[in-house]
Amino acid sequence: MSDTLYDEIQREIAKYPDRRSAILPALRHAQEHYGWLSPEALEAVADGLDLPPARCLAVASFYDMFFLQPVGEHVVEVCTNLSCAMIGADRLLREFERELDVKAPGTSADGKITLRCVECMGGCGWGPVVSVDEDYEEHFQIEDVAPLLERLRSTSRPSESHA
Amino acid sequence: MPEAPTFAQPDPSALLLPFAGSRREIAEYEANGGYDSLRKSLGMTSEQIVDEMIASNIRGRGGAGFPAGKKASFLAQGVDRYLVVNGDESEPGTFKDREIILRNPHMLIEGIIIYLWMIRGAGAYIYIRGEYAKEAAILEGAIAQAREKGYIGSPLPGTDYVANVYVHRGAGAYICGEETALLSSLNGERGQPTAKPPFPAVSGAFKKPTLLNNVETVATVPIILGMGGAAYAGVGTEQSTGTKMFSLSGHARHTGNYEMPLSATYRDLIEGKGGGVPEGRTLKAFVPGGSSMPILMPNQLDTGLAFEAVVAAGSMAGSGAVIVVDDRTCMVRFALRTAEFYMHESCGKCTPCREGTRWIAELLRKQEMGLGTLEEIDLLLDICNRVEGNCLCVLGDACAMPVRSHINNFRHEFEEHCRLGRCSCPDDAPMSELYPPLLKAPLPMVAH
Ligand SMILES: Cc1cc2nc3c(=O)[nH]c(=O)nc-3n(C[C@H](O)[C@H](O)[C@H](O)COP(=O)(O)O)c2cc1C
Ligand code: SF4
Ligand code: FES
Repeated sequence: MSDTLYDEIQREIAKYPDRRSAILPALRHAQEHYGWLSPEALEAVADGLDLPPARCLAVASFYDMFFLQPVGEHVVEVCTNLSCAMIGADRLLREFERELDVKAPGTSADGKITLRCVECMGGCGWGPVVSVDEDYEEHFQIEDVAPLLERLRSTSRPSESHA
Repeated sequence: MPEAPTFAQPDPSALLLPFAGSRREIAEYEANGGYDSLRKSLGMTSEQIVDEMIASNIRGRGGAGFPAGKKASFLAQGVDRYLVVNGDESEPGTFKDREIILRNPHMLIEGIIIYLWMIRGAGAYIYIRGEYAKEAAILEGAIAQAREKGYIGSPLPGTDYVANVYVHRGAGAYICGEETALLSSLNGERGQPTAKPPFPAVSGAFKKPTLLNNVETVATVPIILGMGGAAYAGVGTEQSTGTKMFSLSGHARHTGNYEMPLSATYRDLIEGKGGGVPEGRTLKAFVPGGSSMPILMPNQLDTGLAFEAVVAAGSMAGSGAVIVVDDRTCMVRFALRTAEFYMHESCGKCTPCREGTRWIAELLRKQEMGLGTLEEIDLLLDICNRVEGNCLCVLGDACAMPVRSHINNFRHEFEEHCRLGRCSCPDDAPMSELYPPLLKAPLPMVAH
């Protein structure tokens, strides 16, 4: 286990009167380090928190933002909830699928981009909303799909640099 | 973030966000009277602060509308007491807390410190939904600035009390907005609701007495102390005081957040602020307070925004998320997408919710595809009735109530789907390309 992840987890633990409360931040740091919550990543979290790995998996599997499978270098999430669906989110999703040649949820054949649809992201007034590596792109139009994918294919995810 | 109408012009009648743009720097916030209410509160006793909150008669902004002063007075005694701020904001259509954080983060931080001082709390945790990465960073920045000024992390002026404030990020689960689920999540468990009692006021964060309020509720505390509870109560209606944030989305011309006095009406919001539906369309219905609330019809536009007015109209004000639906929208699809969300977000703890939301969504999917029967429309209503009121938390109701209202108000559309065997909406109508159900499918492995 990398020292920095262990240290990061200890810093999170210091914010709470009970170390178990640091499990979400610890899982997030681990996911940033490993790209996804691999068995190895969950071991590292368990070690940092002094909890059984099974408990870490039980908690991680409850939340949508934790990946229990490998994902691409970039993650593109299309909101298909009510307000976005009412202004064309599903059409947008189909365009992403066509351009990436993959069904959501899934990852492009080159392993670069993971596509999935998500529930309301709290940007409904500026929809349709697409989240690209946890950054919101609002008023996203069909014409924006190809240029975005072009850009993503030629860059790697910044947060993975220290993995 | 694009310039929304609410960002562009100042709104002098607003209390939370009267200015254009944002005030993220503490210097700018203080130059406009920021942290004055905190200084004022340091000369007050806990009881005096609670009394101001009671006098303001403000009702919680998280959805249930419970009087905030009364809630503060219920907090159990104890050595370690905590404040938890609910910034999970996941009810579809809701994006108001985000705007407060983006534009006026110090008002929330000031409210938190006042509340902490009031309860002499051991600490405050802002539970913010995981997707709000930028917003969490803004809050961390505001906390750091307040720390530098000596409002956090060192004794407050003239006292020996030290306020500690932390940001706790969620990880993607709607149910974690429900207070007991939020506390399970904060305590390091799976984010599932628990039975009450014990109430959070007795056993909450770290199993200690906990005061839990919505972001907007806490951000309003400095305003109430600044102008005085009685003056605040003079805004709005008798039972719903003050101003409240409303998130307008869907088919309105100017979507975005608007801060409205609670004496205003849905017409003021949808037509006055939102500009109504686009040219050539007509209003078909509107969701008054988040997708879990029964829809209202165009002839109910003059309903007041006040909590009691919406109840009288047969729905609830909820989180203040108003979704405008125009005449080209298929209500079967609208109901389906609503139900799919609650099916996806059911935590699975109790049977009526876990099974019922799935049955509702699946029967609606059949209806949408034109494969449903007239009997199944009644079956849907029957399932809604069996789910409602029979679950541990109200997520089950949140699925049943709107769907029943969609069927009751637009039964002819459901019947038409059964008769025609398809939807008769044109191909370019909203939601005409509705995607298959959003099952919680695990991500397939990456091909290597
Ligand atoms: C399914 C469900 C989801 C909820 N989501 C939120 C939410 O995202 N934000 C929020 O403040 N309250 C939410 N609530 C309401 C909270 O349980 C709680 O009543 C509220 O945070 C209390 O704050 P207030 O008294 O200031 O309104 C939700 C309730 C339920 C049943
Ligand atoms: S009503 Fe649904 S979300 Fe709430 S506890 Fe029961 S199963 Fe979980
Ligand atoms: S419905 Fe898409 S962000 Fe809310």
